[in-house]
Amino acid sequence: MSSDAPFTDTAMRHPGSVGWRPLRKALATVAWLLAVVLVAACSGTSGSAGGKVTLEFAQWWAPEMPKGSLQKIVDSFEKQNPNIRIKLISQPFSTLQQQTTSNAATGTLSDIVGLDGAWVNDLHKLNALASLTDLMKDAGYSGDDLASQVKVDGVTSMIPVVNFTYPLFTNDAILKKAGVAHPPKTRTEFVAAAKKISKLNGVKGWVLPLGTTNPNGAQNDVMSWLWASGGQMLKDGKPNLVNNPGVTDTVDFVKSVYDADAVSKGAFTLQETDKMNQFTNGQVGMMIDSLAHITTIEQSNPKLKFHVSALPTTDGFTQKSGLDYASWGIGVSEKSKHKAEAWKFIQYLMNTKINSRLATLANGFPGNSAAAPDLSKASAEYKQAFAIYRAGRPENEFVGLPKSNQLMRDFDEEFQKTLSGKQTVQAMLQNTQNSWGTAFK
Amino acid sequence: MMHRVEAAPTPRVDGERRRSEGRMRSADQGDPAPDGGHRGAPGRSGSGRLGRAAVPYAFAAPGTIVITGLMVVPVLIVIGYSLFDNVITEPSPTFTGLANFAHLFSSGDFPRALANTAIFTVASVLSHLVIGVGFAMMLNSKLLPSWLTAVFRVLFILPWLFTAAVVAVVWRLMLDPHGVINFVLQQLHLISSEVPWFSTPTTAMASIVVMNIWAGYPFFMISLLAGLQGIPDSLVEAARMDGATGVRTFFNVVVPQLRPILISMSMLDILWTSQQFALIWLTTGGGPLNLTEVVSTFTYKAAFSDYEFSQASAAAVVLIAFSLIIAVVYLRAQRRADA
Repeated sequence: MSSDAPFTDTAMRHPGSVGWRPLRKALATVAWLLAVVLVAACSGTSGSAGGKVTLEFAQWWAPEMPKGSLQKIVDSFEKQNPNIRIKLISQPFSTLQQQTTSNAATGTLSDIVGLDGAWVNDLHKLNALASLTDLMKDAGYSGDDLASQVKVDGVTSMIPVVNFTYPLFTNDAILKKAGVAHPPKTRTEFVAAAKKISKLNGVKGWVLPLGTTNPNGAQNDVMSWLWASGGQMLKDGKPNLVNNPGVTDTVDFVKSVYDADAVSKGAFTLQETDKMNQFTNGQVGMMIDSLAHITTIEQSNPKLKFHVSALPTTDGFTQKSGLDYASWGIGVSEKSKHKAEAWKFIQYLMNTKINSRLATLANGFPGNSAAAPDLSKASAEYKQAFAIYRAGRPENEFVGLPKSNQLMRDFDEEFQKTLSGKQTVQAMLQNTQNSWGTAFK
Repeated sequence: MMHRVEAAPTPRVDGERRRSEGRMRSADQGDPAPDGGHRGAPGRSGSGRLGRAAVPYAFAAPGTIVITGLMVVPVLIVIGYSLFDNVITEPSPTFTGLANFAHLFSSGDFPRALANTAIFTVASVLSHLVIGVGFAMMLNSKLLPSWLTAVFRVLFILPWLFTAAVVAVVWRLMLDPHGVINFVLQQLHLISSEVPWFSTPTTAMASIVVMNIWAGYPFFMISLLAGLQGIPDSLVEAARMDGATGVRTFFNVVVPQLRPILISMSMLDILWTSQQFALIWLTTGGGPLNLTEVVSTFTYKAAFSDYEFSQASAAAVVLIAFSLIIAVVYLRAQRRADA
């Protein structure tokens, strides 16, 4: 009996110890899990500790710039603003595009976000972007130096930091081999050059990416021809594709190059990256591409000699050409808790000196109208592009349109049918206009 | 004093052992009080019983919370979204009942995506099955030396090791007009000019099916190989002694033995293949001419390109319903196999 006493005594003093101990452990585990989940759910993208604010900046710019150069600009900002830390989140363009849409829908957009003009309208409708008009006003920034601002419903949602034109890239060696004396200046010269190049073994004249995964071929490889020759696809902000001679001529022209078998095969699933790869590998003689890709092309094939020139226009066109452009735009998340600090960083990127440096590093043109790119160490291609930029006017009618990507996808899908011989150009334009109409309701 | 110090450990250890025994006994027998003298104490027995009753629920709670938070709630939200209009994009969506489903099935695009999904799934699963069985039989064969079997096993399982992105890039390169497949076919004079397999309307669907077969057959192969190795040699030998041919042995001995695995694998593969997104998105994007548009790519475009989250949710609900039916069939098959 005496040896049983300690057991009995313990059991008496802690009656629930047998059943409750594992329960307590299990409940503690549950509590920890819940705490972790709740903390994770409640924490936003930005944070502040010890008076220091950390802001996330999601963008696709860093991978397209010389390695580490964007981080250096961020470092110089942090040096001037020791209480603000910028955390770069760098992803390829297409990945960021999908990420931005899903994050906007779920309210988890980074504090500062790199934007393309095609996304702005939709993000604005999702109430994901803060009003930069208000932030500029609060900071006492006039915005007079900004070359452009992308507004939706009268509110600035995006500021283009660097602009890139989409000129014609031509492979010097291939043109020479095909007997093309100089880059084409008119559509007639372009068709002739494309046909000549396509007679070479294993090379095609042009690459036309119409893949629908990222459908920007409609904008950069088809409509750019329209803008270059002074045409417009919109009238009073609404689609104007039917009975529009400029649009009809453009579609007919692109179709004629395709029908002449002067376009690289597989156009219906090609993407922008495929276009760049084919040009870099010498599989095509000509492409329309962003100046932002110059660095990538030079790094991928340092021996490649190429030229950039203005997009060919209709024969006899003498007015100022519209230059298809894309921007490295920037905006602030509506959900950010540190909008003022986010604006401070944007203002830093837009100051004359930094904006000029950023544009030079990116082979683009400054978003600050007072800034000028540093041409002293610039490559020959960049100098050519700057001359084209000064001679033309930036034009991209897809910027700021609702469901811009879907509009391009609709166009690509209808154009694929036309190129396959399943419908006429007129039917294509009518069907596309009908599809677009729903987005503009 | 010395005596007490030296003697003290013995009863303490004994006491701990007894406590441990008491815990085990009470847990096994459902007895709330190991000590009979206090068995009737109401406060102690009540709390102990409650505690023991709550233990399994407490252990299940973390998993339940995680599954509820990450699966049940999102699925319910998606089902809810499918019954409203302009969800996410509008702060006050309106209830529209089944209108989104009616619109889906009347539009033409979604039924076509469903049909493409069916073609893609049936072709892939049947091919996975046939190739998986064939390769598993080969690897299980005693005709090959063991070292060669090991080499083939490694080679055949390689596709399973690659992520979808890698598989897509590999097949894009192989099927490129300048790729190795066109080169080989031209050398063999089977084609006169390069074929852009993914972007030609007549070959696009076949191309993504072939890619998906390549990426998925190793899972069948390995599972069936394990099943084959579990078939007693005596069964096969008995069949042979009875004069059964190889084909007859295969269909009357091997296949019945593999049946539970074949059914389970087929059900799982139907579920996975019908939801395939990455491979298709990264190669054809649903094109050309929407000929490879499947439910997953349709849903993605509706949500992230057209911002029609209600339509996308309705499409997702259709896929969930289909998956549920397959899952129920799968579970029943499993239950039958277990019995």
